[in-house]
Amino acid sequence: MSTKSQEVEALLAQGYRHGFVTDIESDSLPPGLDEGVVTAISKKKHEPQFLLDWRLKAFRHWQTMQEPAWAHVHYKPIDYQDISYYSAPRAPANAPKSLDEVDPKLLATYAKLGIPLHERARLAGVAVDAVFDSVSVATTFKEKLGKAGVIFCSFSDAVRDHPGLIERYLGSVVPPGDNFFAALNSAVFSDGSFVYVPAGVRCPMELSTYFRINAAKTGQFERTLIIAAEAASVSYLEGCTAPMRDENQLHAAVVELVALDNAQIKYSTVQNWYPGDENGLGGIFNFVTKRGECRGRNSKISWTQVETGSAITWKYPSCILRGENSIGEFYSVAVANNYQQADTGTKMIHIGRNTKSTIVSKGISAGHAQNTYRGLVKILPSAAGARNFTQCDSLLMGPKCGAHTFPYMEVKNQTATVEHEASTSKIGEDQLFYCLQRGLSAEDAINMIVSGFCKVVFKELPMEFAVEAQNLLSVSLEGAVG
Amino acid sequence: MIRTNILLKITDLSARVAGKDILKGINLEVNAGEVHAIMGPNGSGKSTLAQVLAGREDYEVTGGSVAFEGRDLLAMPAEERARAGLFLGFQYPVEIPGVNNVYLLKAALNAKRKAAGEPEVDAYEFLTLIRQKMKFMHMSEAFLTRGVNEGFSGGEKKRNEVLQMLVLEPKLAILDETDSGLDIDALKIVSTGVNSLRDPKRAVVLVTHYQRLLDYIVPDRVHVLSGGRILKSGDKSLAQELERRGYDWVLESKVA
Repeated sequence: MSTKSQEVEALLAQGYRHGFVTDIESDSLPPGLDEGVVTAISKKKHEPQFLLDWRLKAFRHWQTMQEPAWAHVHYKPIDYQDISYYSAPRAPANAPKSLDEVDPKLLATYAKLGIPLHERARLAGVAVDAVFDSVSVATTFKEKLGKAGVIFCSFSDAVRDHPGLIERYLGSVVPPGDNFFAALNSAVFSDGSFVYVPAGVRCPMELSTYFRINAAKTGQFERTLIIAAEAASVSYLEGCTAPMRDENQLHAAVVELVALDNAQIKYSTVQNWYPGDENGLGGIFNFVTKRGECRGRNSKISWTQVETGSAITWKYPSCILRGENSIGEFYSVAVANNYQQADTGTKMIHIGRNTKSTIVSKGISAGHAQNTYRGLVKILPSAAGARNFTQCDSLLMGPKCGAHTFPYMEVKNQTATVEHEASTSKIGEDQLFYCLQRGLSAEDAINMIVSGFCKVVFKELPMEFAVEAQNLLSVSLEGAVG
Repeated sequence: MIRTNILLKITDLSARVAGKDILKGINLEVNAGEVHAIMGPNGSGKSTLAQVLAGREDYEVTGGSVAFEGRDLLAMPAEERARAGLFLGFQYPVEIPGVNNVYLLKAALNAKRKAAGEPEVDAYEFLTLIRQKMKFMHMSEAFLTRGVNEGFSGGEKKRNEVLQMLVLEPKLAILDETDSGLDIDALKIVSTGVNSLRDPKRAVVLVTHYQRLLDYIVPDRVHVLSGGRILKSGDKSLAQELERRGYDWVLESKVA
């Protein structure tokens, strides 16, 4: 295919997209939440009855629930009646008209991260009509996936085109009443991603939300469902190293992964939402429920996350190890600077025999930030021969930040092996001086020490992402040590 | 006028660590081309002097001055001193987990080159250089990809310090007890490394407890440091005398 015809295709696609956006532009619900709102959301999306019923059930359950308060985070109460639960994916009125109107600090960050010029406008929320590259890339992308039989589309498209799969798998890992935020999400989720990799198929490319058309503005209640059928495998990338402009303060997403016999899912996240300013004002609340189920024998689910953004991060990507010999992994780097608060970790629930899990968590705190690792390793009586290895390391930069570790363990089978290692270290004055004495600047020295600290996690990321993540870390910790 | 062959001139230097006066008026001149040995009993201030010269921040200079090639050394931050050609071989080299040895070395060399207005070192050229130096130090290439000093034995750490020195080619190398914890073979290797750097334009300051090292690296001047002052200076025969008689006679002669 020549580039010419790709460009033509791209233009055609844009024309359609533009029309689509115009069509729903006026579509937005006033703030407030009741059954009418839930029903309206479902109607606007032309959803089948089963999904509306499902949403309503979740909503009724949510009404009986209390907002949890056990996490090591502090924030002002959220007024759930003051949020608009459906707004069309359109540029808000106060969006910048061009890059000239964008905060220079944000632009400087983009430059440091090496983000291409034409991407900066999209990320900064500038109202742009044509994003040439990503459209044409997305088109070739879809062709290749189609040939392999992989379904990768928006959640709404999946509801329309594959309702059977949705009905079968939605909520099968994170039930609608699982927790306060998952219940809220289940009632009002706006859109998200859907992936189905059929039996025996190894997905021919890394899937990334970045390439999905209309990926931007999926809203604050995102829903992701990924299914790897027997012996299928897929690697999914979520997020973006660039700080995204976002109007919504509360984000409560739900991600569900299902791995059948011999299937593998690798889910990587780089999260860099607005963390608030250096005084702790503003910033996103990121309250996410992420869970994968190794439903089949010999299946494997691996979570890798690099969390540097958000004012408050509250998430525990978890694995239910149901299938015999299944494997769960969690590799995490969580960075908290200034007044950020992160309470993150994982749960590994061992149900099947000879199930194995690995947890490697690296927490970095700087400024006044509080960084908490919270993890649960649960070995049920059925999980004979189960093994877990947990390693939690914390790095403190400066005297005012904090690191906390809460590892919970419940072992109900005597044949299980559970190992836990933990360390807390200050970014050593000795390490810093050693590097300075070799001629490195303080900034380079800190970057080097921190990336050394995170190395075992970074090597789990897809190659390109790893480089970006490293840059991101150095930007996030800029000025953290004087 | 500054005489061009004076590399380091310390005048009446005093310094304090954690509220305690350690250096109490040090005077020392080191010319280019010379090797000086600073000896003295434990707690005499030898390591403090080394750290102060390298610019460690928690060591507070309370008086005096230090000129390095005529520049005010004490006014320069640690990294600038390093880039200007001052190298400290640490007594206890720190471990930096996850950071490759080769990565630190390259970053250090490039920082120095950048300060001198030179381009970054070419990757191939760098690897050739480092392989040659490692061979010279009897180090296996596996060291390159290991974390900085991570899991190194005491002797390996010291050898690694000398390797860094050979790559950075400093004008002034201060080696703080680089000989301690070395067996005789390692001592010979380290000494050969240090001697290879002897040059009319460079100088070496050896901080040591033992005469043993000075059999292999023969000093031009030997100083006895005690109680934060240099009590006695001499040529290499002073070191031999100290080995024979210990430090007490020097201390007593001063008290008297």
